[in-house]
Amino acid sequence: MTINRREFIKANAIAAAAAVAGVSVPAIASNLITSSDITKLKWDKAPCRFCGTGCSVNVGVMDGKVVATHGDIKSPVNKGLNCVKGYFLSKIMYGKDRLTTPLLRMTNGKYDKEGEFAPVSWDQAFDVMAEKAKETLKKDGPTAVGMFGSGQWTVQEGYAAVKLMKAGFRSNNIDPNARHCMASAVGGFMRTFGIDEPMGCYDDLEAADAFVLWGSNMAEMHPILWTRLTDRRLSSPHVKVAVLSTFEHRSFDLADNGMIFTPQTDLAILNYIAHYIISTGRVNKDFVSKHTNFRLGETDIGYGLRPEHPLEQAAKNNGKTAGSSTPIDFEEYAKFVSTYTVEYTSKLSGVPEHKLEALAELYADPKIKVTSFWTMGFNQHTRGVWANNLVYNIHLLTGKISTPGNSPFSLTGQPSACGTAREVGTFSHRLPADMVVANPKHRAIAEKIWDLPEGTIPPKPGYHAVLQNRMLKDGKLNFYWVQCNNNMQAAANINEEAYPGYRNPKNFIVVSDPYPTVTAQAADLILPTAMWVEKEGVYGNAERRTQSWYQMVEAPTGAKSDLWQLVEFSKRFAIEDVWPEELIAKKPEVRGKTLYDVLYKDSSVGKFSLDEVPEDRLNDDARDFGFYIQKGLFEEYATFGRGHAHDLAPYDRYHKERGLRWPVVNGKETKWRFKEGSDPYVKAGSGWDFYGHKDGRARIFALPYEPPAESPDEEYDLWLSTGRVLEHWHSGSMTQRVPELYKAMPDALVYMHPDDAKSRNMRRGDLVKLISRRGEVQTRVETRGRNKPPIGLVYMPWFDASRLVNKVTLDATDPLSKQTDFKKCAIKIVKV
Amino acid sequence: MKNFNLAVIASLLVLAVSPIMYSLNANAADKETVNSVATLRDATPIDVQKEPNRIPKVVNKDIKQGRNYPMQPPVIPHTTRSYEVNKYNNKCMSCHSRHRTEKSQAPMVSVTHYMNRDGNFLAEISPRRYFCNQCHVTQLDAEPLVENTFTDMHSLMKQKTANAKEH
Repeated sequence: MTINRREFIKANAIAAAAAVAGVSVPAIASNLITSSDITKLKWDKAPCRFCGTGCSVNVGVMDGKVVATHGDIKSPVNKGLNCVKGYFLSKIMYGKDRLTTPLLRMTNGKYDKEGEFAPVSWDQAFDVMAEKAKETLKKDGPTAVGMFGSGQWTVQEGYAAVKLMKAGFRSNNIDPNARHCMASAVGGFMRTFGIDEPMGCYDDLEAADAFVLWGSNMAEMHPILWTRLTDRRLSSPHVKVAVLSTFEHRSFDLADNGMIFTPQTDLAILNYIAHYIISTGRVNKDFVSKHTNFRLGETDIGYGLRPEHPLEQAAKNNGKTAGSSTPIDFEEYAKFVSTYTVEYTSKLSGVPEHKLEALAELYADPKIKVTSFWTMGFNQHTRGVWANNLVYNIHLLTGKISTPGNSPFSLTGQPSACGTAREVGTFSHRLPADMVVANPKHRAIAEKIWDLPEGTIPPKPGYHAVLQNRMLKDGKLNFYWVQCNNNMQAAANINEEAYPGYRNPKNFIVVSDPYPTVTAQAADLILPTAMWVEKEGVYGNAERRTQSWYQMVEAPTGAKSDLWQLVEFSKRFAIEDVWPEELIAKKPEVRGKTLYDVLYKDSSVGKFSLDEVPEDRLNDDARDFGFYIQKGLFEEYATFGRGHAHDLAPYDRYHKERGLRWPVVNGKETKWRFKEGSDPYVKAGSGWDFYGHKDGRARIFALPYEPPAESPDEEYDLWLSTGRVLEHWHSGSMTQRVPELYKAMPDALVYMHPDDAKSRNMRRGDLVKLISRRGEVQTRVETRGRNKPPIGLVYMPWFDASRLVNKVTLDATDPLSKQTDFKKCAIKIVKV
Repeated sequence: MKNFNLAVIASLLVLAVSPIMYSLNANAADKETVNSVATLRDATPIDVQKEPNRIPKVVNKDIKQGRNYPMQPPVIPHTTRSYEVNKYNNKCMSCHSRHRTEKSQAPMVSVTHYMNRDGNFLAEISPRRYFCNQCHVTQLDAEPLVENTFTDMHSLMKQKTANAKEH
């Protein structure tokens, strides 16, 4: 029914009169409410739940419900802006299918792997879980238990999980889904600089003269950083933007130099730029001689597939030496990259020579301040660590690093990929503050801070993300807890690995989530989980900014935070259940205690009383445990990094700030690391100090182009790239439940070139099957819209739970970082 | 844009009723099957796939949709196919900029769009707001898979006003 404006006003007038006369008022005719005690909203700050940009949002609460959100004007990150997802944060907690009771697969009232999901109490859920964990520990030991966590965990949750797994259960089989996202970036940082995370910060966006996007579609994936980049480009006409990708996407709308390259040839382009800098005499010799050295890296390192795969059989150096390197000098390096001439590189990559030269000149010209951004194009790459190393090479050769606008900058996908996954070290090989389990000194430091006997932490790295799925399938990982992620949708090759792994009768799979995800569907026990501002927490964003938030609303009755679940579960284990007698004998006072006592309550985690929780604040977790657990976990964790170039401020300060960039020394944050004057850890008089390595020098690596694991052939004749979209994040588990976001992008389509469609007798909207050697998925053809792939490549996003593109993808990984390459495999497309 | 759609206005105030996909409580759950938790997969097992529905059409009625709260960027009530927004052109602003709205009768972009990072007003739309589609999206004619129970603050306030009157 439609009416015009006049009729609308008339209808209102009648209704108002009716109200005066005591007649009931139709909905459309309500009066304006002006009474301030009724209209008042309680506003508070929180970091956004979605990406690694780390925008601050203001959250408006009324009567215990989030009713509005908007960009925080006080935040230096976003200055009042949000992207479309951020603007709809208010609705992510209110999907009708929120889980409110644990669900266990049962037959006739008893757990049965083949049974139907039925509600159980938390007590029953933990009973079964503890029984299964103990049974597994007893039968096959700590290597048979594992956990898959997340860069969406709060810092405290990640830290509690690491402690529970590595010290409590004494298993290193804990890994975050950030392995799919950031592991190659970590590998690159550690190899080149000896310390993780970007040296620059977002202030580079207002200082740079040129931006280069390497495999990053910032316009969709980091929209708020894109607004800052756009602001800079359009406000300052001299600024140039170069965009490289294997298909055209929205970031090309701003590109001065857009380049489509053949998958994997980014490695050659990076080496070409190094060659260009050298051959045109633009090496910053002073910087290079004082602050760098050169290494020749190991090659032919394989593709991280199962050992029996022909590619692994053929690889010469896919063993422990894959990450090794030997010293070389500048001349040897110059000779190494001289292979990558403009002619050769252009031919290999398909990028015209003049475009390559214009790109190289942005780096070579000493007057241009250049910032490089990259995300999944580099990181999800079977040579991802190499790609990261190679981009640092060109910034180091020119000395364009650690000063405003000169910045090689790795962007992150998850809200706390840096804060939780990387800084806390929730990886199978890591400990907090960049330490690793394989290093006895690092283990000793952790055991000292945790006040645990020597030898508690096992020295052997555990199963990483991809290996976890393989070990589940092989029946070697039997008790498995998944929190804060949706790996049955996110992992590659789920047909052959994850799905048979989760459903392997030997295994017991627990999935904690606010919503019933695809992963929950594959579980044996589902735990209903509180999310975001239903709990207190801390996230760390891509520019080292640590941000905290208070609990603002109650979770739905029955749902509990990941933190509560981890810590409450630890009460079920006596130390004798999990530690051998010889370890207990080293510290007899733990005898008779539970893991909860030893790891949390009686450790330094338990030393902050409830009095420190502001009285007017909700904090269900702290009040339940009887101490300020979030502060205790944070402060204990912070002792790892304070004084070691990872300094965090006191916990309480974060509640007052819109975040601070670590290291925070003498109360001051650090914007540019490794540069004298802006980083307090740099030795006086050094200018630059890459103190992550003992010699204070960054490493320039000679690494070649090597082909991808799988390329199109006659039968499987197309490249498939997968990825994200603007409207959906985190597999769509939250965003698909927001009607406006769902309706903006309801289904994952396959974007293809119109000629590729035509040659296969397909049209837009046709129902098709994408088929690889591993599986198939059906969807519909899109030949227009935001992505324009070149002939020979198609793009299908993975947010859609009903169209699982990861049935098709290949689980090849970077052998160094163990991160999966989701950007290239070979498929064919047929009409259904 | 002279017409109001009563249905749209009403939907501001009353949450649209959509079929309850899935509800879990102790009584109902024993009837559920294993795949009933697959709310976004229409109860389809993981190792099979339901036939994908057709690509829905973009809602192109030019009728403004209500906002969930004042700061929500309005969704676009028309198709934007082949609208160029790049460093040379911004097709959206050819109707929505201040000096075009008289002719186009389209709503002017909000004043916030003229503010720079420091909150100062510029003579033209701020470059940081240049790419409209980062916040404003079209809507496809697709039925949401799961109902959302978000509560409009207006309905809470009305409830409180009503309660105040009773006492």
